[in-house]
Amino acid sequence: MAVRTEPFVLNMGPVHPSTHGVFRMRVTLDGEVVVDIEPIFGYLHRGIEKLAEQRTYTGIIPLTDRLDYISSMSNNFAYCLAVEKLAGIKVPERAEYIRVIIAELQRVAALLIAVGAFLNDCGAFFTPFLYMFRERERIVDLFEMVSGQRLTYNYMRVGGVSQDLPDEFMPALRKFMNMMPRFMAEYDRLLVQNEILIARAKGVGILTGEQAINCSASGPVLRASGVKWDIRKADPYSIYDRFDFAIPTQTTGDCYDRYRQRVEETRQSLHIIRQAMEQIPSGPVRAELPQLIRPPAGEAYAHIEAPKGELGFYLVSDNSIAPYRCHIRPPSLINLTALRDMVRGWKIADLIIIFGSIDITVGEIDR
Amino acid sequence: MKFERYGIGIAKGLTVTIRHLFRHPTVSQYPEQRLNISRRFRGNELVWNKEKCTGCGTCAKTCPQGAIEIVTSTDMTENKYVVDKYQVDTGYCINCGLCIESCPYEALYFSHAFECARYRRSELVQSKDDMLETPERKVSGYFYPDKANKLPEQTLLVEKVTEKR
Amino acid sequence: MATIELNIYNLVNFQSIPPDWPGGFWWHWLFFTVVIIGFVLTMVMGVIYIERRGMARMQSRLGPNRTGPFGLLQPVADAIKVLLKENIVPDAADKLIHWLAPVVAFAPALMIFAVVPFGNGVLLADLNVGILYVVAISSVSTVGIFMAGWGSSNKYSLLGAMRNVAAVVSYEIPLVLAIVGVVLISGSLSLNQMVVAQDVPFILLQPLGFLLFFAAGCAEINRSPFDLMEADSEIVAGFHTEYSGMKFAMFYLVEYAEAVAISAIIATLFLGGWRGPILPPWLWFVVKVIIVFFAMVWTRTTLPRIRIDQLMAFAWKFLFPMSLFNLFITALQVLAGWPTELVWAMIIVNFAVMAILVLVWSKLFFKLGRGRIEV
Ligand code: SF4
Ligand code: SF4
Repeated sequence: MAVRTEPFVLNMGPVHPSTHGVFRMRVTLDGEVVVDIEPIFGYLHRGIEKLAEQRTYTGIIPLTDRLDYISSMSNNFAYCLAVEKLAGIKVPERAEYIRVIIAELQRVAALLIAVGAFLNDCGAFFTPFLYMFRERERIVDLFEMVSGQRLTYNYMRVGGVSQDLPDEFMPALRKFMNMMPRFMAEYDRLLVQNEILIARAKGVGILTGEQAINCSASGPVLRASGVKWDIRKADPYSIYDRFDFAIPTQTTGDCYDRYRQRVEETRQSLHIIRQAMEQIPSGPVRAELPQLIRPPAGEAYAHIEAPKGELGFYLVSDNSIAPYRCHIRPPSLINLTALRDMVRGWKIADLIIIFGSIDITVGEIDR
Repeated sequence: MKFERYGIGIAKGLTVTIRHLFRHPTVSQYPEQRLNISRRFRGNELVWNKEKCTGCGTCAKTCPQGAIEIVTSTDMTENKYVVDKYQVDTGYCINCGLCIESCPYEALYFSHAFECARYRRSELVQSKDDMLETPERKVSGYFYPDKANKLPEQTLLVEKVTEKR
Repeated sequence: MATIELNIYNLVNFQSIPPDWPGGFWWHWLFFTVVIIGFVLTMVMGVIYIERRGMARMQSRLGPNRTGPFGLLQPVADAIKVLLKENIVPDAADKLIHWLAPVVAFAPALMIFAVVPFGNGVLLADLNVGILYVVAISSVSTVGIFMAGWGSSNKYSLLGAMRNVAAVVSYEIPLVLAIVGVVLISGSLSLNQMVVAQDVPFILLQPLGFLLFFAAGCAEINRSPFDLMEADSEIVAGFHTEYSGMKFAMFYLVEYAEAVAISAIIATLFLGGWRGPILPPWLWFVVKVIIVFFAMVWTRTTLPRIRIDQLMAFAWKFLFPMSLFNLFITALQVLAGWPTELVWAMIIVNFAVMAILVLVWSKLFFKLGRGRIEV
């Protein structure tokens, strides 16, 4: 029996418990089924790209903190790489190792939030979220130790890092690294086999590898669809070619796979940190540079594998103290373009978890 | 026969939560239980050293927010600058620390105090004399490792929680 | 119409009112009305406290601990806060329905307790069709909830209300069928008689029935993992999105009063109600209610939420056939006249039956598909 129903429009957001910030979706619904969706953003626009044109190269680093505010260190890293490429600056060995350790710790922290928020969207009433925040807290403690802040770290500098690691850092990191596998085992025990989670997330919101490539998705979203593409391996930056790590991939590209993918990537990050901790040399942490950097006229693009995907900075210099143009390629925004294909035909509840599994930060989308 | 799908996953999850019921919560109750903040804390306030400052103005130039305002006049007899006005609007300051890193004469520091909430916007503006170092406003070790080593060690969560899991 | 027999047995903890008092009937009525309202309100505050503290500890937090000793006064503080709040009614709301909805939802939650025994014969009305009354009354709340969803003219509310109606309509059936098993064993519809008949708690004789009733009961009153009528991550707050102040408090109260009611009925039907050694009966009853409620808190902390079509599939493809099986097996056992000395054998048999049925049907359930029927 066909019932004639009339679609209606539901405005989700800009303030909604699971839009991860101020993000709005105009959802056309037929009963519970999503017919169409139109993401609307720009509520958090701060004009970071434009602001960057009026600041010194060093002064932009605090701005990049505010892009994807849950992985500030990675943003710092990508930006500094771009400036170094532009100006041809060599970074001291120790600084490279510090950067890798910090960036991988940041990846662990950001992925923990991504997984926690995803599970929270599935309806596990804050439990996994709080557990993962507890572990992130330990990482944030370490970041506070090295940089003095807990969210906007502003730690990396063009040509190195702002200060050397304090003496207490390595013992604390070692302790954390010993704890982490046990935490991970506990999370897996909590929800991986959970029948309800499997029923909710398996087969939901499938993004095929082809689709993912076509909308140029990157990061865990791409790899969960079975495409083995990781900038750390594909275009090694910094000193990533010195470490031995695998690129985990999943097969189907559904929500469950994206969740597993993030957990597996956390494991690989811990593996990299462990290697870097053994190899780290001593020495200076900051290249000798003048106060105001004046890169030669030209342009440079540097990209890194941020926790959410490919984060790129494109800088154009006109040989002044501020960049002529700074363009940011935010992974969240590009990954978000896949949303519409993924959610059509699913229910509202699925829309929320698919959206959650893409793992966006609005600070990065709106810039 | 694999025992997935029969509620085993749910049962496993339940054991994890019930075990947490008997663990020590990872919470510190702030006003009574205070943790030590980082030795390199980048807080809300700046500490300025009147004697060391030469009035060069590098800090003001570096500040990406333009939060520092400095007015100097020249003292011809001693051949140096006199700082007439040194003012930081901490409401604009984003605690980036670039001014501290750039000061060539080690005259600017972050303070180690963190309870600096104010009632009025105008009270956020600090100028010369309320920027000096006092026993309540100790200097933070940000960018100055020798100062950092004198401060109490940061409390770390990794060391606080010892339970087996 | 059911004949209402009013029995005044000796009230265990309270001084009994002599039946020859003038208007003894009314005294009884008045006394129990007051007791029930008091009981429900204190229990609601108690369970809110238990839920918040218990859940916090399971999530590695502390929970409310500032108001009063151990934060015990937190529910009181919340109640006062909510009472003093402004009452906001949306412009486009259907004012009358919007106003009436919390009342319609709240009354049944209170009325359920009329037939729940706090001790042997200590209850407002020992209806001989008590459990039927419970089933009938408890569904009335849904009307209130749907009124709220419709009346607030908010799409989230309407979605939540629709989900609630769909869930309640489906889950009523396994709920009732699970109860029938208990009725068959005890041979009575009166809740008091059921407790009297429980020399062995029925959870042992009816393990499958207990599981079914617990799951269906959770769904009926929107407890996790079936809390998708007010799924905060999806539809904000479901049917009470547009409520504030006292009306919101009423809904909050309904939610927990219903939870207490279902816990009380589970305690009465399956855990032996007020029966127990040493402690006074009403205390046993309260303890059992809290144990059942704690189980609900526990599942709420752990489990993700299921989707609406999975909710329906779970009701119709899993709970419904299982409850039929349960009913069939129980009927056979009762018909065959299981000897009283062999109760222990019955326990073993029933647990074995439960294990086999759950395993086999879980497998089948996956074959039948766990959802994707259009709702
Ligand atoms: S900390 Fe940063 S924003 Fe604040 S005054 Fe110094 S340079 Fe300016
Ligand atoms: S940079 Fe240092 S010395 Fe120069 S004006 Fe600022 S505080 Fe004074």
